[in-house]
Amino acid sequence: MKKSTTLASVLLAVAVLATTAEARSIKWARSGDSLTMDPHAQNEGPTATLAHQIYEPLVTRAVNGDLIPTLAVSWRVLPTDATIWEFTLRPNVKFHNGNAFNADDVVFSINRARSAESDYKGLWASVESVTKINDLTVHIKTKGPNPLLIQNATNTFIMDKEWAESNKVVKVQDYKNKEETYAVRNTNGTGAFILVSREGDVRTVLKRNDNYWGKGTVPLEVTEVIYMPIKADATRLASLLAGEVDIVQDVPVQDIPRLKTQQNLRVVEGPENRTIFLGMDVVSSELKGSDATGKNPLANKKVRQAMSIAINRDAIQRVVMRGQSRPTGTIAPPFISGYTKEMGALPKFDVARAKAMLAEAGYPNGFSTTMHCPNDRYVNDEGICQAVVGMLGAAGVKVNLVSHSKSLHFPMIQKNPPETQFYLLGWGVPTYDSDYIFSFLYHTRQGSRGGWNASRYSNAELDKQIQSLAEETDLAKRGASVAAIWKLLQDETIYIPIHDQMIAYGMKNDITVPVHPDNTIWIKNIAVRRP
Amino acid sequence: MLAYIFRSVVHGVLVMLAVAFIAFSMFRFVGDPVSNMTGQEATLQDRAELRERLGLDQPFPLQFLNYIGSMLQGDFGMSYRQARPVAALLAERLPATLELAILSALLAAIVGVALGVYTATRRDGWLSHLIMSLSLVGVSLPTFLIGIGLIYIFGVQLQWLPFPGRGDVVKLGWWSTGLLTDRGRLALVMPVITLSLFQMTLIMRLVRAEMLEAMRTDYIRFARARGLPESRVQYRHALRNTMIPVVTITGLQFGSVIAFAIVTETVFQWPGLGALFVNAVQYADFPVMATYLMFVALVFVVVNLLTDFVYLALDPRLRGGSRVPK
Repeated sequence: MKKSTTLASVLLAVAVLATTAEARSIKWARSGDSLTMDPHAQNEGPTATLAHQIYEPLVTRAVNGDLIPTLAVSWRVLPTDATIWEFTLRPNVKFHNGNAFNADDVVFSINRARSAESDYKGLWASVESVTKINDLTVHIKTKGPNPLLIQNATNTFIMDKEWAESNKVVKVQDYKNKEETYAVRNTNGTGAFILVSREGDVRTVLKRNDNYWGKGTVPLEVTEVIYMPIKADATRLASLLAGEVDIVQDVPVQDIPRLKTQQNLRVVEGPENRTIFLGMDVVSSELKGSDATGKNPLANKKVRQAMSIAINRDAIQRVVMRGQSRPTGTIAPPFISGYTKEMGALPKFDVARAKAMLAEAGYPNGFSTTMHCPNDRYVNDEGICQAVVGMLGAAGVKVNLVSHSKSLHFPMIQKNPPETQFYLLGWGVPTYDSDYIFSFLYHTRQGSRGGWNASRYSNAELDKQIQSLAEETDLAKRGASVAAIWKLLQDETIYIPIHDQMIAYGMKNDITVPVHPDNTIWIKNIAVRRP
Repeated sequence: MLAYIFRSVVHGVLVMLAVAFIAFSMFRFVGDPVSNMTGQEATLQDRAELRERLGLDQPFPLQFLNYIGSMLQGDFGMSYRQARPVAALLAERLPATLELAILSALLAAIVGVALGVYTATRRDGWLSHLIMSLSLVGVSLPTFLIGIGLIYIFGVQLQWLPFPGRGDVVKLGWWSTGLLTDRGRLALVMPVITLSLFQMTLIMRLVRAEMLEAMRTDYIRFARARGLPESRVQYRHALRNTMIPVVTITGLQFGSVIAFAIVTETVFQWPGLGALFVNAVQYADFPVMATYLMFVALVFVVVNLLTDFVYLALDPRLRGGSRVPK
């Protein structure tokens, strides 16, 4: 009798252990919440990251930058027509409500992402039409050849056409209509997790999709996800230390050493797809508020080069970033196509030479200027600016620093003409291709290009070269043009690159989440290490 | 009486309009929501179109009139950040803030009055001195530090109290409360203490000063001469007469408890109105900011009115005006 009770309790204990290992709930915190569940309304980091658990795009990007077939199993440019992309879709995929996934959904979703209210329309601007060929084949016709179209597809999520129609969310939410659309808090995707409840800014609960098509290809061990934004850095960190959450994104750099000393926690670090740099007005004839009246020192290449070598990037990495950055000499992280080691090499820090170059350029006593800096956007953005001010001051450039919120900073850069002549900015490259950098930061501001080029730099010859990249189908030839453009731009020193930002996640040590350069987490990929 | 109420209401409306006007004219210094609402690839034209859809291209007076107009029809607009009606967002967040604020105000009043009376009646006791010294710390430490300190001690080290957030809440119709679950009640402890500490100190010092003042007056001396027990003298006579300024301060401070809640809510990730407002400011979410500021103004106006009424109840001399016996 006694023996059998013992046996029974042992069996029970084993069963309990097995189920606890099986049913793993993950509490996941980061500083900001997703803004909406409507997958095409906001092209913004946290929004896309949460959507990636529920919805899926045609292709996703692996940590190393490669494309992974997701809802599309293969794709190609038609050999007969360079303007048509053919996507072959994954068979036997079901949406969370049981509807079958097919070409109609893809046509519908891409057209929805191209619509006027969508925040993804810029990525699909080159598309002329999307056509269903059969249930599992879709053709996307572009206005001219676009060999890199696939690179734009990694965050465009596929919705269910029937679901969208029956819930009246065929159109993306429009702020003009003063009502909430169904898609803002309800979802129907094909992803590994199903939305259970959604309270904006408070918590979002997801449960595992047991009919997920990718079962067997990914661990899919987490059964429940509780996602909660925790805004205050100290509280977010304390929540991890107290065991109230399992994963924390956005770990403040100064807390990383402390987390590393905790036995039950681990810190995972990796490079982010984002370069921090300084921008300058390299064209205007006058630098406002400067003692160099009537001229613009920043229009002189020699001055810009002097400023670049006056900045000690290694010191910024060591002191301001506590090691969490990768100093660089170009606005492109190493995994971007077109990056070379020579580009990334640091300009040699040399204050004496910087002073001499300023004197040669006609500013033996330096000059003064105003610099604008965001204080709530990048890792230690204000600290970087303060360090830069000190370093430039040592070379004779007296900088008056204005720090403010990103809500004030970005409009200054976006306005035409820009309202700042010296500023800090960060740049990420979602397409992982140099063309994206050229188009937005170096091309003359016109049409869909040059939107973030507040340097006023305008080079008609270069513009033509940049435009030709979009349609160049010969990849070798294209690579040569990219290299030539970089060579010119590196010499011009239109911008002063500082570093690539790094990302750190803190988590309980029975799980591992790799750092993705786009700061995206896929919970389905988490394997739980059993005790 | 009716005329008095009418006058107060008119004053209140004027105050609210002034708040709305000032708030609205400040928004342009907060930033541009359009730049937050559009992705990296948006063109100048895309942003211009969105600005037009939101009516942000209109001149300031027109925007203000439009806002007042739709507000009078009960339409508080859509949140730019969350794409949901502002009224619904505020209604969802209100219970969290009110629960926190009311409990904090109660705790501050009860403990504040008790400690005030104690330190006034036992002026030279060592405990009184200790309380007075500690109260200095309560006033001078910023709320943020107190909150983080509590989290570190009771949340991280001892792990007695849950955080962040409200723990488990129960929905009662549109209201939600943490008072009906264990975890919900425990989750309230740290934020309530954090938020009440400043008010508690204020009330305690006020009660103490008023009590000391009252104990020196003639009627207390006469009461003692009549041989009334000391406790009756202290509580029935002295304390009651110190209550007028205490009620005023407590009442008026209720508005600031809600306003102060911004910091406490941020530290504890408390899903109330303050946290909503902080996020709205960072995003330049004008409709949420405007409505929140109007709401806080409304709380101040209403609390002022109620405080006036409590005066009437507490002090008979104020009731009849000229009919006060000479």
